[in-house]
Amino acid sequence: MKQYPFFKVSRLLRLSRLRKYIAFFRLYFTMGLQYRTAAFAGIATQFTWGAMEILMFRAFYQSTAPDGIAGASRFPMSFAATASYIWMQQAFLALFMAWLMDNDIFTSIMDGNVAYELCRPIDIYNMWFSRSLASRCSRAVLRCMPILLVAVLLPAPYGLTAPASLQAFLLFLLTLALGLAVTVAFCMLIYISTFFTLSPDGIRTIAMSMVEFLSGAVIPLPFFPDRVKEILELLPFASMQNVPLRIYSGDLSGYAMLRAIGIQAVWLVLLVGIGKLLNRAAVQKITFHGN
Amino acid sequence: MKLYWKYFLIQLKSKMEYKASFVLTCIGQFFVSFQVFLGVYFMFRRFYAIEGFTYQEVLLCFGITLMEFSLAEIFARGFDLFPVLIRKGEFDRIMVRPRNEILQVLGSRMEFTRAGRILQAVFMFAYGVYVSDISWTFPKILTVIFMLAGGMAVFSGLFLLYAALCFFTLDGLEIFNIFTDGAKEFGKYPVSIYGKRVLQLCTFVIPYALIQYYPLTFLLDRGKYWYSLLPLAACLFLLPCFALWKCGVRHYTSCGS
Repeated sequence: MKQYPFFKVSRLLRLSRLRKYIAFFRLYFTMGLQYRTAAFAGIATQFTWGAMEILMFRAFYQSTAPDGIAGASRFPMSFAATASYIWMQQAFLALFMAWLMDNDIFTSIMDGNVAYELCRPIDIYNMWFSRSLASRCSRAVLRCMPILLVAVLLPAPYGLTAPASLQAFLLFLLTLALGLAVTVAFCMLIYISTFFTLSPDGIRTIAMSMVEFLSGAVIPLPFFPDRVKEILELLPFASMQNVPLRIYSGDLSGYAMLRAIGIQAVWLVLLVGIGKLLNRAAVQKITFHGN
Repeated sequence: MKLYWKYFLIQLKSKMEYKASFVLTCIGQFFVSFQVFLGVYFMFRRFYAIEGFTYQEVLLCFGITLMEFSLAEIFARGFDLFPVLIRKGEFDRIMVRPRNEILQVLGSRMEFTRAGRILQAVFMFAYGVYVSDISWTFPKILTVIFMLAGGMAVFSGLFLLYAALCFFTLDGLEIFNIFTDGAKEFGKYPVSIYGKRVLQLCTFVIPYALIQYYPLTFLLDRGKYWYSLLPLAACLFLLPCFALWKCGVRHYTSCGS
């Protein structure tokens, strides 16, 4: 029998451990790709939403306030950047919408089926995390292309413009991934809270509308008053869609951008840490509700 | 009508059995539409006006639209669950009963938790009335009532249309959310701000503007006198919806199960 040196075995072990979660990711990713009709409905809805939103911002842009100052001069970012922000937001909606949660996880906690999951040699936090990542990615992949394609073809101030530079685009991709991870990490906290409350509805609705508003899904963060914006930018919610969308549209660059990416990383580590701790506490003192 | 009232009471009673859950969901509903209001508030903190409408006038508009939608939702949300009725084959049971089908579908579910949202709509409307200097005359009060009635008719018509389409597709068309939830979402501003095309679409295809923008201009003394009657014209929207529903019922073949 051949003897493996110790370090090699441990490395192999670690690889295989990661492989489990990659398998989960692939499974749920391909599952998500099956829902094509739903994706079509989603594309149509998101497209209308984006168009109406841009028309709304245009109305503010064209209006003159009673004090005689044009709306255009009060715009915190250029109109083209606003349009790009909205199109990217609609295209990648599935990555960041807080209300896109996995109902199976909630039901498995409430009806006690989670016990079977706990028996398996996997970490339940990691499994749920990779599952949520996968289903969000598959939804986004199905939906983003048609929306982006049409948005690019739209006439100048209303359409999607190219990113400021190659560097900005690469940073957009990086922060998109970070923002997705922060979103999922936050949703994990809501899943885990179900262990304690056993009825997710109340917390869920309130948490979701809070996330939507504070993350810039209702109106982009630059449109908030400066003082409010400064505070919001420190919260985890600003680390979700706000950073990548603003980097893409060129609103965020230089030092402010580096700072925002740093905040994203810090929140990701914090949220995952808190989630894992809570998860351990929950699993240790859990009572199963079998039926 | 008597039967509908009975359905109403039964639904209300069954909801009141779970008081805590009812109150919590109401609060949740309140929060969900409260963030939309906050969005409007912060936009006006920056811009002060949108296409000639002030913050107070927009609140008036937002309040009325939200009331119209929520009222329609309380009474006509039964249609929302209609795809489930069809797929389970429960519509067969409804058809054999010697009563109107629409009435029975309506009675199958009512969304009382929307009360939280109506409360907010009333607050916004009241605030809008309080701060805007509209001189309230009898025709204007009547116009508000027309708007609520017309709005309920249009949104109920949309829910009916959604259900009628299920006869042909056997499944809920999610795309339809554009017309219901979308209208609620973007109806917070007067329809005219979205541009001429959208206004035309909302006047002649789906009469949102008739229950919102035109009568609103009358309330604000900017529109013609007959604008106040337009919400009643919007009720005509129910006719094609009803026709499609009838057509659907005639074509209905049970999917069994």
